[in-house]
Amino acid sequence: MTGAGIVTAYGLGWSVNAAGFRSGRTTFRPVTLFDVSRQRSKLAAQVDLPDTLPATRLPARQAARLDRASRTLLLAADEAWRQAGWEATENLPLVLGTTSGGMLLGEDYFKRAVGFPASHRGQPTRALHYQPQTQGRILAEAFGFQGPMWIIANACASGGNALGQAWEFIRGGRSTRALAGGYDALTQLVFAGFDALQSISPTGCRPFDAHRDGLSVGEGAAVVALETLDSALGRGADILGELIGYSSTIDHHHLTQPHPDGDAGLTAMSRACDSAQINPADVDYVNAHGTGTPLNDQSEAAAINRWAGSRAATLPVSSTKAGIGHLLGGAGAVEAVVCLMALREQWLPPEISLETPDPICRFPLVRQPTDARLRVALSNSLGFGGANATLIFRQFP
Amino acid sequence: MSRVFISGMGAVSPAGWGVPALRRALAAASPLPVQPIERPGWTRPFLARPVPEASPRPAFLAHPRFRRASSLTHYVAAAALEALGPAPANPVPERRVGLIVCLQSGCVQYSYRFFKEVLENPSMASPLLFPETVFAAPASHVSVLLGEVPLVHTLVGDPGVFLQAVALAADWLIAGRVDRALVVGGEEANWLRADAIWHFDHGCVSSAGAGCLGLSLDPADSLGVELETVTDPQTYLSTWSRGQAALAMRQQLPAGSAEDLLCDGLQGVRRLDAPEAAAWQAWPGSRLSPKRVLGEGLIAASAWQCVAACDAVARGSFPAATASLVGCNQQAIGARFLRAAAPAGQ
Repeated sequence: MTGAGIVTAYGLGWSVNAAGFRSGRTTFRPVTLFDVSRQRSKLAAQVDLPDTLPATRLPARQAARLDRASRTLLLAADEAWRQAGWEATENLPLVLGTTSGGMLLGEDYFKRAVGFPASHRGQPTRALHYQPQTQGRILAEAFGFQGPMWIIANACASGGNALGQAWEFIRGGRSTRALAGGYDALTQLVFAGFDALQSISPTGCRPFDAHRDGLSVGEGAAVVALETLDSALGRGADILGELIGYSSTIDHHHLTQPHPDGDAGLTAMSRACDSAQINPADVDYVNAHGTGTPLNDQSEAAAINRWAGSRAATLPVSSTKAGIGHLLGGAGAVEAVVCLMALREQWLPPEISLETPDPICRFPLVRQPTDARLRVALSNSLGFGGANATLIFRQFP
Repeated sequence: MSRVFISGMGAVSPAGWGVPALRRALAAASPLPVQPIERPGWTRPFLARPVPEASPRPAFLAHPRFRRASSLTHYVAAAALEALGPAPANPVPERRVGLIVCLQSGCVQYSYRFFKEVLENPSMASPLLFPETVFAAPASHVSVLLGEVPLVHTLVGDPGVFLQAVALAADWLIAGRVDRALVVGGEEANWLRADAIWHFDHGCVSSAGAGCLGLSLDPADSLGVELETVTDPQTYLSTWSRGQAALAMRQQLPAGSAEDLLCDGLQGVRRLDAPEAAAWQAWPGSRLSPKRVLGEGLIAASAWQCVAACDAVARGSFPAATASLVGCNQQAIGARFLRAAAPAGQ
């Protein structure tokens, strides 16, 4: 991994996010993007986006018109692209994960279509630009690359699966490089959806707390530049870390509830370790999916307990959603970058809002900013509908 | 190089439930009747070709997971199960199935209903609707019906995604990650999606359904058809037009012969058809244009094209068939299917 870009409610870019994740501070505040006055919960981790975007190959007029999701994605990709030092190229696969793409435009389309009298002005543009493939094309245009584009929509595991699939493409010899990431912007439909399910915490999420009462929705993006070791070494790139293992599984238990024993999560972690040719004793930190919902955290804790075995007693675990909320399709990619930060800078991201660890957790939860010697980190994404992904990262060299 | 065989096909379309219904409609070569979809506030309805009610009711709908599942999930499930085929007398329980569901519009009916409720009064919006609006919901439901499913992806994009998924499924098979793979493309319709399509050309007729190809490396599973090649996806850019991409895709495929079949995506809408029509201007063989009969079903339509191509080869009508997918806003991609020669030693 030779480039990483990140946008969360902590801010834009590696430095500000590393400081945020290292401190564990929370970013939840009242939503201002849409009306939440009649929602049960009113908080989210909303990103402050800049008025202007970095200079790319996009015409200024086009850049100025980009929707929120595209802007978030472009900001993350720009950082990754510059850090990697890549130049315009052909045959660069782009693998993105998202749950909603440009849904804010889709919502706008809906409101205009159902309005009386109906307004058609701008509707074709909205219909095109809310689709994630348009956002992918914007990235390609912005940085001047060509190649196949893959959009994975495996719910909250989308970002993790996108990185994993890009890794598979490179390992399978389809390409020596790939740009991969995940993104989602706050939307009214999704916020109201989780609120209707009573899944959103009214006070801010507290993953793995015995008294947790739900998730917090966030927004953001992360993009990484992946390439073969030969490619990276050959051009003298600064290698941020290695992606060494990946697995995806499906949990058949229920559309919105994971199996309480964490069977599919256990399988995902075990298979990812197999692909990385390591065992739980080699893992120094787990970045849990940890949404803060009672059912997810119980299932994931059970899975980690079973997977780690005796290693669980000393294996540090935390969920960075405690600080920035659940980024849905962006979560897996953002948490991958958090693992890179932790490996590169040798610290553990804490959950400072955790008050009473759930006794089901047989592992230590990171509660305070902590320096640590880390070599290998594992990241879980356990999604809606049972789509799971586990990624494993190693410090380089 | 491993050979990849077509092990099954499934289809749900305005022609009915099942590949035979699709085959009959395409053989008749006459556009199916259109029906109005009312658009609130308009006196002129949109025209569409909906999927008829299934008769008899598919048995899988009795599964608890399908109690509230969307029409889209029903279509995807029916196509996938048809492609998987009847349960063998001596099932192989350890046979691992990979599933890729491809969508462009997704669950538009429930999304429409849910967001309408949100705008009216979010505190009363139904928690039963929201989970079914998620792109991954159909794949989640269908995977439950398939047993041992180690790999499931939902891919989103324009209609070309169907063949990207076929190429990915072939990778999974060749890498030994699954024993069989199902690639399903599906769409459902409502007035809002018809409205979006109408904005691009008033002559488009919106349709819905699903199509599925089953893939396997085992010749014993083959329907007598093998996947010869899938082209590179030719992604559209401001400097690489839909027409250029279609031509590049066409140039990656064999020239074809008078005996071959081309299943293209032409629908009789001159402006939208032009790039693809130009790319295939010199095609020497027969042509089949399922969208002219069935309508604009987006990814479902690209799946019907591929199913029709494989079906024609499987039935011995053609020794080879090419599917051309020139998507609306992402890519052009094509594939060629051949009559499967018996493997050496058989």
